[in-house]
Amino acid sequence: MSKPVIATASLAGCFGCHMSILDIDERILDLIELVEFNKSPVDDIKTFTKMCDVGIIEGGCCNSENVHVLKDFRKNCGILVSLGECAIMGGLPALRNGIPIKECLEEAYLHGPTIEKGNKIIPNDDELPMILDRVYPCHEIVKIDYFIPGCPPRADLIWDALVSLVKGTPMNLAYETVKYD
Amino acid sequence: MKLSLETIIDQYRADPTRLMDILLDIQSAKGRIGRTAIDLIAKKCKISVVDVEQTVSFYHFFSTEPRGRYTVYLNNSVVAKMMGSEKIARAFEKEAGCTFGSVSSDGLIGLFETSCIGMNDQEPSAIINNVVFPNLTVHSVKKIIEGMRKGKKVSELQTVKPGDGNNGSKLLTTAISNNIRKKGPVIFSEYKQGEVVKALTTLTPQVIIYTMKKSGLRGRGGAGFPVGLKWELCRKSAGDKKYIFCNADEGEPGTFKDRVILTERPQLLFEGMAAAGFAVGSDQGILYLRFEYYYLKEYLEAILDDMRKKKLLGKNIAGRSGFNFTIRIQFGAGAYICGEESALIESAEGKRGEPRDRPPFPVNKGYLGRPTVINNVETLCAAAKILLFGEDWYRSLGTPQSTGTKVLSISGDCLYPGIYEIAWGSTIGEILEMAGAEKVQAVLVGGPSGSFVGPAQFNRKLCYEDLATGGSFIIFNESRDLLKDAVLNFTEFFIEESCGSCAPCRFMTVILKNKLEKLLHGKGVAQDLVDLEKWSSIMQANRCGLGQTAANPIRTTLSNFNHLYTVLIRTNDDFVSEFDLKSAVADSCAVAGRKPMLHGA
Ligand SMILES: Cc1cc2nc3c(=O)[nH]c(=O)nc-3n(C[C@H](O)[C@H](O)[C@H](O)COP(=O)(O)O)c2cc1C
Ligand code: SF4
Ligand code: SF4
Repeated sequence: MSKPVIATASLAGCFGCHMSILDIDERILDLIELVEFNKSPVDDIKTFTKMCDVGIIEGGCCNSENVHVLKDFRKNCGILVSLGECAIMGGLPALRNGIPIKECLEEAYLHGPTIEKGNKIIPNDDELPMILDRVYPCHEIVKIDYFIPGCPPRADLIWDALVSLVKGTPMNLAYETVKYD
Repeated sequence: MKLSLETIIDQYRADPTRLMDILLDIQSAKGRIGRTAIDLIAKKCKISVVDVEQTVSFYHFFSTEPRGRYTVYLNNSVVAKMMGSEKIARAFEKEAGCTFGSVSSDGLIGLFETSCIGMNDQEPSAIINNVVFPNLTVHSVKKIIEGMRKGKKVSELQTVKPGDGNNGSKLLTTAISNNIRKKGPVIFSEYKQGEVVKALTTLTPQVIIYTMKKSGLRGRGGAGFPVGLKWELCRKSAGDKKYIFCNADEGEPGTFKDRVILTERPQLLFEGMAAAGFAVGSDQGILYLRFEYYYLKEYLEAILDDMRKKKLLGKNIAGRSGFNFTIRIQFGAGAYICGEESALIESAEGKRGEPRDRPPFPVNKGYLGRPTVINNVETLCAAAKILLFGEDWYRSLGTPQSTGTKVLSISGDCLYPGIYEIAWGSTIGEILEMAGAEKVQAVLVGGPSGSFVGPAQFNRKLCYEDLATGGSFIIFNESRDLLKDAVLNFTEFFIEESCGSCAPCRFMTVILKNKLEKLLHGKGVAQDLVDLEKWSSIMQANRCGLGQTAANPIRTTLSNFNHLYTVLIRTNDDFVSEFDLKSAVADSCAVAGRKPMLHGA
């Protein structure tokens, strides 16, 4: 039987969740035995080359490109997992959600203290992704099958979740892993 | 003459624990609490500016910006809307020339919304400059605004006659009605001022506590804690000073019984507080009164004065040497959470109304760190009557575990909204009949933190053994859209009123509301119902009763009115998103001056 195929992406995240994937230390060697990676920053494959079994998403959606990538993942992955607070809730980037986007952009590009004189423009190149009115958690845009909590989720938790997913075994979420307050 | 900021602060000896009073006085004298005031308070009271600011920003009735010479607070609760408050709101906007949440350009009239103001039996109603205007009509709104333009005093704006009972008395003269529909043997039965404290002179604290325990009296504020035990715990708790608080915050939407008790039986309440003080060894009582009932201030203070003159309060009460007890009134400033006992204490100490972690419980470490008893208005009145007529008399009323009577506040779709003092153990059906309610779809027992029940359960009894309640009883007839008109509004109420300390209370409420809206927009799928059910159970993890019950409107309708949800879901889809790229990027593209590119996204 061929190995399960995994894809990962970082949307509006800080890459901390991906770092936490790497934090499984030497188990990464077991992981390579267990699964095959497709589109992912881990192996730098930029486009899907086949259908994947599991897609892992870090970060929510703050711009049109995030939405595009997320939908692409939904199309190409059997199971989609939100990894970490940003994917699940919007996380830190969602702090801007209470402020109208116009104010955010003006503060960042026109009125902020670090703006150079005479250089004031809100980026408007057509090549740039369009900014969304707020940061959306992934499950508000596509169906998400599983959520792994944490900021970032602990490496052990990611490892357990992945092993359970690819082996189809039940997963034990200890109380401390879901209680944060 | 208007008082200066300095004078106001000095009146309370610049005591930071009296910050609420200082702020209330400044708000009323100046129409707002501005920068200068905040800085001066911080300096004089020797607290940080942030300490002042956080209290100012916590309460609905404090504002840093002017809210108009006449400030209208229109009730936006469920029953107000059922009785037509939307129409009244539009009339106010039309006549005043500004929208809700703003002040007219000439600074004359400010229009604001507020949560339930305890007038459910006479909605739509509003509070204007601390005066309550019940039973508003489009016509009366017109008259009121005309009066404002002529510069009339707010008392002259009232278009209806004073209400019944003491509402018409000289110190009150309010248009509010009592609407007492059924008097019971405990709270609204005959009573002569002074008889309780006189009866006390022959009793010892131990006997009083024993009597309370034997009577089976439990707290009427909602939680039902045994009164005798609470008093005993406080009595046994070491402390150089102890306090008796009467909780008259009455914030649960749909309750208004404490307002009527305060109008018709204030002396009984004050004697009940004195009895509690005598039993636990406290000489200081504080009535924590919600700001919505500010109109009662002069009236209650006059009664306290009178009782002091008659030696029914003060030193050596009723001639018993060493029986000392005084009472002062502490006002809130609009915050439902301040009804929760530890939040109430925080508020009375001049802080944000954030519940404390417990233990320690107030009986050990309450107001100013001293042992404190907090009881509801009705509880203290019942306690006073028990001391007059004995525990056996009290036990003969009600059911074995729910002794005595309960005062209900009945509102919504019925012919006779108002106050009913019933024996515990009455069924919902019997009560509906009394209230003249027909074609009933649902009853909300115990307010939004209680349960929605349907006709299949109308044989259930109101009592601790079956359906416990703090007394709010809201009736919805078959014409009402229960989810949209009630459940959604109540969920928004909890979002507004959460103090924000606990994560699930702060954001799960919002997530649940968004889900509910998704369902109401016709975008819901089966999974959404599973999520609602599962996620609302997380609310148990919150620190206080507000958060723990904030999902009750959703939970209890999910279980008792499941059909209302199932008809909303799309059975052919397993996922539906409400996300719309076009509208999500519209604003950012507009401000950047670029054309949205929507293809391929
Ligand atoms: C959010 C919240 C609001 C409350 N509001 C009130 C209230 O308005 N009046 C009241 O008497 N008790 C209220 N309570 C209950 C009080 O915490 C406390 O149990 C009660 O005042 C104790 O008095 P009792 O034993 O006489 O009922 C509230 C509780 C919570 C959690
Ligand atoms: S959840 Fe935390 S670690 Fe992961 S992307 Fe967001 S901020 Fe970074
Ligand atoms: S449950 Fe809600 S209201 Fe209660 S303490 Fe927590 S955040 Fe505040």
